[in-house]
This record gives sequence, C-alpha cells and structure tokens, in this order.
Amino acid sequence: MQTAASIDASVRPWARLWSGRRRWPLLATGGSLLAAGLVLLPLFFLVLQAQQSGWDQIERLLLRHTVAVLLWNTVRLAFLCTLLCALIGVGAAWCVQRTTLPGRRLWSVLLVLPLGIPDFVVSFGWVSLRPSLHGYLAAVMIMTLSLYPLVYLPVAASLARQDAVLSEVGRSLGLGPWRVFLRVTLRQIWPAVLGGCLLVTLGLLAEYGAFEIVRYQTFTVAIFTEFKLGFDTAAACALSLVLVLMGIVVLAGELAVTGRGRITRSGAGARRIVTRVALGRWLIPALAMLSALAVLALGVPLGSLVYWLIHGGSSTLPPASILTAASHTAGLSAGAAALATALALPVSWLAARHPNRYTLLIERLAYLPQALPGLVVGLGLVFFSVHYLFSLYQSTLLLIVAYAVLFLPLAVIGLRASVLNAPQRLEEAGRSLGRRPASVWLRVTLPLIAPGLAAAFALVFISSATELTATLLLRPTGVNTLATQFWVYTGNLSYGAAAPYAALMVAVSAIPAYLLSRRMTTLDQTPAPRQMPTLEHT
Amino acid sequence: MRFRRVASIGLAAIAGLALAACGSSGKSTTSAHTSTATTSTSNTATSGTSSPKPSGTITLYNGQHEQTTALLVAAFEKQTGVKVKVRSDGEDVLGSQIVQEGANSPADVFYTENTPVLEHLQQQSLLAPLPASTLAAVPSQYSSPQKDWIGASARASALVYNTKLISPAALPSSMLALAGPQWKDKLGISPGETDFQPLVSAVTKLDGSAKATAWLRGLKANSKIYPDNEALVAQVNNGQSAVGLINHYYWYRLRDEVGTAKIHSALHYFAPNDPGNLLNVAGAAVLKTSANPTAAQAFVEFLVSKAGQDVIASSESYEYPLGSGVLTKKPLRPFDQLHPAPVSLTDLGDGSAPLQLEQQLGLL
Repeated sequence: MQTAASIDASVRPWARLWSGRRRWPLLATGGSLLAAGLVLLPLFFLVLQAQQSGWDQIERLLLRHTVAVLLWNTVRLAFLCTLLCALIGVGAAWCVQRTTLPGRRLWSVLLVLPLGIPDFVVSFGWVSLRPSLHGYLAAVMIMTLSLYPLVYLPVAASLARQDAVLSEVGRSLGLGPWRVFLRVTLRQIWPAVLGGCLLVTLGLLAEYGAFEIVRYQTFTVAIFTEFKLGFDTAAACALSLVLVLMGIVVLAGELAVTGRGRITRSGAGARRIVTRVALGRWLIPALAMLSALAVLALGVPLGSLVYWLIHGGSSTLPPASILTAASHTAGLSAGAAALATALALPVSWLAARHPNRYTLLIERLAYLPQALPGLVVGLGLVFFSVHYLFSLYQSTLLLIVAYAVLFLPLAVIGLRASVLNAPQRLEEAGRSLGRRPASVWLRVTLPLIAPGLAAAFALVFISSATELTATLLLRPTGVNTLATQFWVYTGNLSYGAAAPYAALMVAVSAIPAYLLSRRMTTLDQTPAPRQMPTLEHT
Repeated sequence: MRFRRVASIGLAAIAGLALAACGSSGKSTTSAHTSTATTSTSNTATSGTSSPKPSGTITLYNGQHEQTTALLVAAFEKQTGVKVKVRSDGEDVLGSQIVQEGANSPADVFYTENTPVLEHLQQQSLLAPLPASTLAAVPSQYSSPQKDWIGASARASALVYNTKLISPAALPSSMLALAGPQWKDKLGISPGETDFQPLVSAVTKLDGSAKATAWLRGLKANSKIYPDNEALVAQVNNGQSAVGLINHYYWYRLRDEVGTAKIHSALHYFAPNDPGNLLNVAGAAVLKTSANPTAAQAFVEFLVSKAGQDVIASSESYEYPLGSGVLTKKPLRPFDQLHPAPVSLTDLGDGSAPLQLEQQLGLL
C-alpha cells in the first residue's frame, strides 16, 4: 500500500488510499494491527522484566527437578483434558444442534454455564463431596468439566450456521448418520473443534485452578511462588516466558494440523431448516450423558453454594453492595465482550480471507494471552499505563481493555469457524451486483457470521464476569465486582457471605448464554412454509 | 445509504466511548489536583503550626482482610473527617504495584498482613519515616528498626489437629518433631503461603541451617501440600490430614463459619520458645510519595492508637492487637502466655533466604 501511495504521490496519496474500494480492507488492517498491538503490550512488558532477571537466577529457578515435574504435570494435564474436552464439546454440540434431543434450548444454556463458575466454587463443591479427591485424574476430571464449554461453544456456533445439505446428500448416498458425522459434519466443524482445543490447551498451560482445587501442581505454581514469596516480578516474568514458548509450540502445531485442509468452505449458507437426526434408541444414553455432565459440572458447584447459603455461619445478604457489584460486573463484562469481539473480527477476517504470513501471524499472536496468567497480562498493562498513559491507570477503560486482551483468544476462536465457513461466493455475488464492499459486508457477511459473533461475545462476557486477578490489579479504587467481593469473603473463610456473590456470577453469565442459545436455535423456528413454495417451483 | 447511517452510529458510539474515557481520566486528573492542593495547604499548615489537622482524602492499599480494615477505616473517617479510599488485593500484588508506580503511586498508606513485603519496599526506599509518637504506641520489637513501618496486630503460629485422628497427648512439643517418620502422611503444610517462610527462618536462626535443611527434608517426605491455609485448616478438620501448620486465626474463622458442631479439630501450641511458636506481625507504612502525608500519618497513628486497636481487639479477625496496651476481647490464648521464640522481625527479613532453601529442596 505504501508503494501504491507513492506512485500516486501527485494527488494527495492518503486521500486516495482512503477512497473507494480500499477503505474496507484498510479498516480491517487497522483493526487487526490495533489488536496485535494490544496483545504485544503485555508481551513487551514480559520480555522487558525478564531481562532484568539475571541468567544465574533463571538457571537456579528453571534447571531443577521440581520444575521438570511441574512442566510434566502441565503437559499431561493439558493433553488429556484437551482430548476429553474435544469429545464432550463436540458430542454435546452435535446433540443440541443436530438431533431431536428434547429440551435443546435448556441444554444449550446449561452446557455453557460451567464457564461462569469460579474455580473456587468448583473446588468447594468437590472438596465437600469427596474431601480425598486429588492428583492427576481428579485434576483432569475437574478441569475438563470446567473447560469443555470452550470447545462446545465454537462448535455449536459452527454447526448452527453450517449448511446441512451436505449431510443430507451424504445420507441420500446411503451413509449412516455416524458415517455422515465422521465424513461430512466433522470436516465442516473441524476449524471450530481445533480452535476450541487450542483454547483449552493454551488455557491449561497457565492454569492455577487445578492446584487450588485438587492440589495438582502445575508450572504456574512456580511463577506465583516467585511473585508472591520472592517479590521478584522479574523472575516471575522470566518463568512466564516458558509458557509463551510452550504456547508458541502449541500454536505452531495447530497451524500444521489445520494447514492441510485449512478451509472447508462448503455449503451455500442459505437459510434452511436442518433435518435433525432422530436419536431413536440412543435417546436415553444421550440424555443420561448430558444429565451426568450437567450434574457434575454444574450441580456439584451450585450444590455447594446452596449449602453455604443455608449453613454458612457468616450471615449476609447485603442487598445494596451485591447489586452494585452485579451491575459493575455486567457493565464491565459487556464492554469487554463488545471490545474483544470488535478486535477479533478483523483478525479472524483477514486470516480467513487474505491468508498470508502477516495476517496469520497476527491471528496466532492473538491467541497468546490465553497461555499467560492473568497476573502477567495485568502487570503488563499496569507497567504500560504507569509509564506512558497515567491518566488511564486504574480507570474503567483500562480494565475493559485488559479483559479484551485476556479474552481476545476466546473471541477469535468464537468467530473463526463462522468466518471460515461464510462462503466468499455470496460476497462476490453481492459485489457483482454493484454493492460497495462495506455494504456487502454488512448485508451479506455479517448475518452469515452472526452466530460466531454471538459466541465470541458470550465467551468473553462470561470469562470477564468471573475474572479476578486482573480485576483486582486494574480496577478503579473503590469499584467492586462480584468476583472481588467473593474473594474478600472467601479470604476470610466467610463462605456463607460469599455464596450469594458466586450465585449471582452464575446468574449474570446465564444471560449471554441464554441469548446465545436463542440466537443459535432460531434456525429451528424459521417457519417451514417460506421454504416450501420454492421447493415446489423447482 | 444504510451503511453511512450505520457507520455514523458506530462513529458516534466510538466518540462516546472516547468521551467517557476522557471523562474518567479527566476526573482522576482533577482528583490528583485536589490532593496536590490539599498537600500544599497542609504543608503550609505544617510550617505554621506544630500539629496540622489531617484533612482531604487518602488512598489505602490494603493487603489485610477487608472486613476489619473496613471497620478501622469507618472509625478513622468518623474521628478525623478524612476520606479513605480503600484498594484491596493480595499484599504481594499491591507491593509490586507500588514498586511499579514509583513516584506516581496513588497509595498513601500500605497496610499488610505480613512484614516481609514492607521490608521489601523499605529496601527500595519507598517508605516514609514514622514519627516517634506513633512508634511509641507499639513495643519496638514489633516495628521496623529503621522506623518506617509499624506492627499493628499479630497472630500466633500453631498446629491444628484432627481430634478424631490424634489424641492431644501424642502432639509434639516442638515443631522440629514433625520431620520424624511417625508423621509420615499425617502432616499438611502450605509452603506457598507467606506464613510458612517465618517458620523456616526461625529454625535456621535457632538451630542453624544444617538442622533447618534436614527438618525441611523430613517435612517434605511427610507432607501433603495445600494451596493455602484456608484449604489446609478445612482439610485437617475433614480428616484428610491429621495435623497442619497454620496461624491460630484460621481455625477460629473456620469454627465461626461451619459452626462448633462441625468442628473436629483443635489448636495446639508448641512449647515456649520453640521455633514453631512464632508471632507473625501485620504492619503498616506511609509511602514516601504520599500526596497527603499529614492524613496518611494520621491514619497509621490511629491504627495503633487505643481506638484503632480496640477495633482489632473485638473484630472477627481474631488477631492480637499490639499497641496502646489493648488486649484481645476474644477468648484466645492470652497474649502474655504465648511465649514466642526469640526471633526478631529483622531475622525474618524479606523472606528470600527460606524461599531459596525451599526451592532448593523442591518444596516449592
């Protein structure tokens, strides 16, 4: 674009650059550069801090047996959890979106909600139920139960917009439903599955919850030790770089896997009714599995909340502060979700439509915050604002930006599959009809990727609503959210007083989950007669 | 056409967001100005009279349990008319934040759960000296010898034991015995908590580093590692570990929460002067960069005054007040019967030595 401008240097190059057809790609490029810049801020801080730590110190901390054990713990946890999340997430999404499962709307809300439950509540539920629970398999089970929605949501969003015609063709060619799923549907949703798995794997690299819940120590424990007991931010950052490296390996691996069959852009994207698979004799097993999932992932933690609400010694239902905190949480999360989705859109868009080394690099970069502890990202933004933009320090805006950076990976994944699957041909048709790119984009593309946008929004909203570390670090002094209040009470062992805050967190998370489920199941509600005449005419 | 309209709505929204941002930053600038103004007036007041009256607003970075802090702040605001903005987080995070903020730090007072983080800030020359009149309220061994932070309250280290699994007669009189093979798989510890390092420092101080190393090795072989003291005390009560090294107040808070009927544990104190018998001190300091030092100093003075210590003495935090001769109003083991080991807060330092030892032994 620089060269284009210099060629036309005679006539106000920038105005020319901004005019007409180039405006839209330019906006997208600008947006994705902004997203990349925001992600780079904490990474920049990380490297800067890590440099201040001496090599001797790093060597002393890194090259020891304990760290090897912690790294191994991290890797094997990430591996098995990802596998299980993929199975559960895809299975549940398929049941809800493609079968005649009863109560689909309800299931599609329930299946998302575990994401809105703080680790601590999950921990409490399980510890009260089975105090002896600990170790690898316990960690795998509990982390899987809290993280599978990261696969479920993108896959469900992808299935919601997927044209079912290919599946029907498959079936008409004599394939059984199982084969259709493996050979047709799975290929269509593959980008969503991989994307969800990517989130789970990267998230587990930086996971601290497993330790809090079942005493399963991962590498993050070593980072927090340096920070908490050594007051050594430099060493903590140097150790976090190990997570960045592992994240890069995971991202490269995923790129290698997707690289082969990268874009499965099939289907016409026209609105039509999905022919749902009748579950038949599989109905009871499917319902049993989903119920078990809901009981384990939602029932156990919510049960502990109810228990503490009834039996907790600390008596509170402080109506004023809890409502203020809830409105702060909802407002901040909505802002973060909107910003993250807006930032993710150009990133996934360019990576899907103009895949080259730069757009793909930016897309990969956008996933990295997922592999970092919230504390590191938060401290990076503290550093940045303290040194360069002090007026933003401890402001609402900076907190929203922090959430957006932290959860940008979720938004990108939420969108990715929908963007990849939105057929370019429809846009081309729009443009050939004389529409400007922007207009095509708004009238053709946007509706096509709407479930992805909704999924991105919901993922970021729910994750922001439960975020604690960055919230404590960056909130304006005096602003409390549900998560911070919950933390205040549990830190004092006042579980009864803390329980209402956690319950409200789940309730607040249910709002986007519910809206999303409406959005994704509206296809069912499209009245059949609108389609029928067309069929008769042809 | 339609796009134009949508675009202009979008632009309006962005402009609104930007305005909101400017609004909030503008507000914070204004408040900064106000506090600067307050400082300058209070400065002139200092030159004019001997004891300026505290006024305006201060920001308290609070690493202590928030409920007690809220009570203290309310009492201070009522007494002085100074408005206190409270920012709560882990003391480690707040400490790191203060270091990063440097000269721009909005913090006026830092109130912590432990002293190592205050020592850490002192080493970075971030703390302002406290006047002798404030320091005099608390016995000198609980405050910084450099006179820039002061102890406000204390808690005692103790052993919590499950009353169904262990009889009181079987409990050791010294913490060092917990490294013995008879405690294998019975002990719970939380080495990642700030309360654990002082125990290691104490063993090193009283028995030498060789003994400390051997003791930690034994502990490592015997222990289940818990993420925090809250989980540790709950799991000893549940019977998952027979005994656990904690501070006394976690047990009292658990008892309040679950009710006496569900308590299957009790506290055991080690023998007088045993390294396992320690006082952990919570302290406070005024930041050198405080924009309102008069009010900041007044807050710390209030904290250790009779009024402030009375709040701590009767609060649900179950801490021992340290200043102005105030005694706890809770049925705890009386303060003068604790007989803690002769380990000074300077001996505990910033906690980096025990941390390195634990890392070397693979406890962390």
